[in-house]
Amino acid sequence: MRIVVQEALFDPGAELSAFSAAVAGVGAVVSFSGIVRDDHGDLDALEIEHYAGMTERALAEQATEAAARFKLADVLVIHRHGRLSPDEPIMMVATAAAHRKEAFAGADFLMDYLKSRAPFWKKEVRSGSADWVEAKQADEDALAEWSR
Amino acid sequence: MIDILYFAWLRERIGIPKERWATEAATVNDLVAELRAREERYALACEDVSSLRVARDQELSSFDAPLDGVREVAFFPPLTGG
Repeated sequence: MRIVVQEALFDPGAELSAFSAAVAGVGAVVSFSGIVRDDHGDLDALEIEHYAGMTERALAEQATEAAARFKLADVLVIHRHGRLSPDEPIMMVATAAAHRKEAFAGADFLMDYLKSRAPFWKKEVRSGSADWVEAKQADEDALAEWSR
Repeated sequence: MIDILYFAWLRERIGIPKERWATEAATVNDLVAELRAREERYALACEDVSSLRVARDQELSSFDAPLDGVREVAFFPPLTGG
């Protein structure tokens, strides 16, 4: 299991290759990458604040829970903070399991947890304005689905 | 003494990221009441507790949870990671 919280840009493709190579012997690897989206063509940057210390703990707990629940052979979580430009990767998760369903479900579960339970806050910076991104009820609802 | 941390718009409204505070509060709710009584910027920032979340010693918590033995409390808006 590898949990990385960093400011630096990373290469999701290279990370996925390294992750896949290290878990030789499993039947399935799934990955998700989140990318800074510029819906209206006016975004200068996405600023991500986090709670150093709690972030690493929360991500490790969530990854451990996902690994146990979905019988994952390995988990990778990378999440950036600081000032990000449009089209840059924000974060990625990768999961490895014997079979496809566990790998997909594990990645989906982790993403739902990470969105609402890892201490990150996003701010969208545009020329002349800076707005904190509001949490979505849909993200809370998605999380609740896993405890049904 | 307890360390109190603020994040995102709450940090901006209160104007500091962290402070040490001598509290007599028994619960998180009591601590919020103490803070609100301090200064207007706290009262305004913490006006609607339903828009805030809290962590005790870096674990998400409820507002009615006790502060006994807790060293660090963090207040922040709902999380928006991913």
